[in-house]
Amino acid sequence: MLLQEDKLKMYFTMLLIRRFEERAEELYMAGKIWGTFHLYIGEEAVATGACFALRPEDYITSTHRGHGHCIAKGADVKKMMAELMGKATGYCYGLGGSMHIADLEGGNLGATGIVGSAIPIAVGAALACKLQKNNRVVLCFFGDGAANTGAFHEAVNMAAVFKLPVVFLCENNLYAMSFPVQKAFAIPDIAERAKGYGIPGITVDGMDVLAVYEATKEAVELARSGFGPTLVEARTYRFRGHSKSDKGVYRTKEEVHMWMERCPIKRFRAHLLAEGVPEATLKDLEKKAEDLIEEAVRFAAESPEPDLEKARGMVYA
Amino acid sequence: MPEREITYAEAIREALREEMRKDPSVFLIGEDIGVYGGAFGVTQGLLEEFGAERVIDTPISETAIVGAAIGAALLGMRPVAEIMFFDFMTLCADQIVNQAAKIRFMFGGKAKVSIVFRSPAGSGTGAAGHHSGSLESWFAQIPGLRVVAPATPYDAKGLLKSAIRDDNPVIFMEHKLLYRVKGPVPEEEYTIPLGVGEVKRKGKDLTIVAYSITVRRSLEAAELLAREGIEAEVVDIRTLRPLDEEIILSSVRKTNRALVVYEPPRFGSFGAEIAALIAEKAFDYLDAPVMRLGGLEMPPPYNPNLERRIAPQVEDIVKASWELLQS
Ligand SMILES: Cc1ncc(C[n+]2csc(CCOP(=O)(O)OP(=O)(O)O)c2C)c(N)n1
Ligand SMILES: [Mg+2]
Repeated sequence: MLLQEDKLKMYFTMLLIRRFEERAEELYMAGKIWGTFHLYIGEEAVATGACFALRPEDYITSTHRGHGHCIAKGADVKKMMAELMGKATGYCYGLGGSMHIADLEGGNLGATGIVGSAIPIAVGAALACKLQKNNRVVLCFFGDGAANTGAFHEAVNMAAVFKLPVVFLCENNLYAMSFPVQKAFAIPDIAERAKGYGIPGITVDGMDVLAVYEATKEAVELARSGFGPTLVEARTYRFRGHSKSDKGVYRTKEEVHMWMERCPIKRFRAHLLAEGVPEATLKDLEKKAEDLIEEAVRFAAESPEPDLEKARGMVYA
Repeated sequence: MPEREITYAEAIREALREEMRKDPSVFLIGEDIGVYGGAFGVTQGLLEEFGAERVIDTPISETAIVGAAIGAALLGMRPVAEIMFFDFMTLCADQIVNQAAKIRFMFGGKAKVSIVFRSPAGSGTGAAGHHSGSLESWFAQIPGLRVVAPATPYDAKGLLKSAIRDDNPVIFMEHKLLYRVKGPVPEEEYTIPLGVGEVKRKGKDLTIVAYSITVRRSLEAAELLAREGIEAEVVDIRTLRPLDEEIILSSVRKTNRALVVYEPPRFGSFGAEIAALIAEKAFDYLDAPVMRLGGLEMPPPYNPNLERRIAPQVEDIVKASWELLQS
């Protein structure tokens, strides 16, 4: 059972993700962050609920839409913001940027720009956990789009037959860029695929942080007890475009609006209030999240640029 | 009447549209090429004109996209497959390298695999290690493949039309930084044969050999050098394979100095092949060793100041030219 204290932590994590991304978006508009990045706004309940089902020593693998995973796994938002601004103090020395954030010490084995490519890597990490008998679990995030890569099929099957301690968490936000799941799949639920691999599969409401937590918790426990992988599908929605160059021609304003009404943060806030948490407590957390992100922006802005010679030294170990 | 100017992206779209109108066996397949119009907007409007049967959006399945293109080509179709970023060519490398390139030969010269693989390459957009690659050299090394890398809107259109009509698999490398560059493109029909380079600027003091983005940068460098009284000749090879050897050699025979400029890492890339060609076949004409100016030996970094430094820029080409002239 979750204590109220844990729920407040979850709420704070969701706020931190939302605020981080809103600020990052502003910085992008102001030219302080460049290239492209993928906002997780709207999907906060998935990363938060799932990562809260882990122990600190467990691992995750992430995706191109990875800020939320990184924060939920406990990363330092200062180092994350610095990475987005390409600074030497960032998680990847300013060499990786948004799409390649990794926090190895915190158990985040990294985001990736190649859709689906982290799924086999998660399986490898789970294999190491098994060989090292460390009793740890790997939580592998990937999108609905990634579920249609060859890498997904090979990796999930291998994990299933080797009974590896990995949880496959599919963030089904109904689109892969412009391509809707109705066109990409001939089945209604991605979790149905689990049957073909001989593992359990479950579909949950990804806008409900507690539902994601419960489902992932069960899957993590199965994995830890040697039962092997589970496929968890969390139905969610991204409120922003796919990336910063998306003109949004493939979905209607009404649809986006309908999903925004189901905002996971608003919903969880209402739940907490109904449970008797005083509004002032929530407001304090909201203020605290804002302050932390402002501090992160300040830290990143004041940080030094990376050095080419040092970067050169990072090509080989 | 002034000549019409359109962008590199528009020129590619025109080539696709014209070939699709002319030949019903041509179709497009790839990710987000329909309503989205492609990650860089190249295929915008083609779904509306040709419908979903000929502008086929797929799941994220690069191996299946390329494999499907090969299968369709075996039955006489002429697919144009879009791989959203050149880096993702690695995901379908089996289909391209082991299948598309070799099938005809292995089947005793019987099959035709007429496919164009269009893909945007190159750094300079802040997209970091998985979206900035220039892997053209890998493919240029494979017998059975053709590799095309246009530098201007005019060349992009003319070469793409030839590539679509060609009976072989063609890797068509588009540079992201060129998509918005404008240039003259006539309204009338034309094609440019594969394997024919072009002298983009005449000069007598040194030869700069380039393709794709480095042609543009070399032309800018040549302009700067001209102000200092140096006449650089800029040779755009336009296709890596087949390679127009003669256009390179005849230029070097005239200028006696050669600088090869390319974006991928200096070590082992296609520029090294050009340097070897010159050393082998124009050695007696050289007043100085052939000079290579390639990219740095590292993956594309995210930080924009570092990113800029991994690929040869205009100032690097000017500097290298002076070094070459003084050696
Ligand atoms: C192998 C590969 N193909 C295509 C892309 C381009 N791309 C980046 S994200 C994306 C959509 C991914 O969809 P999904 O897995 O559902 O994740 P979402 O973006 O919805 O979070 C595409 C097509 C890529 N990065 N890698
Ligand atoms: Mg998706």
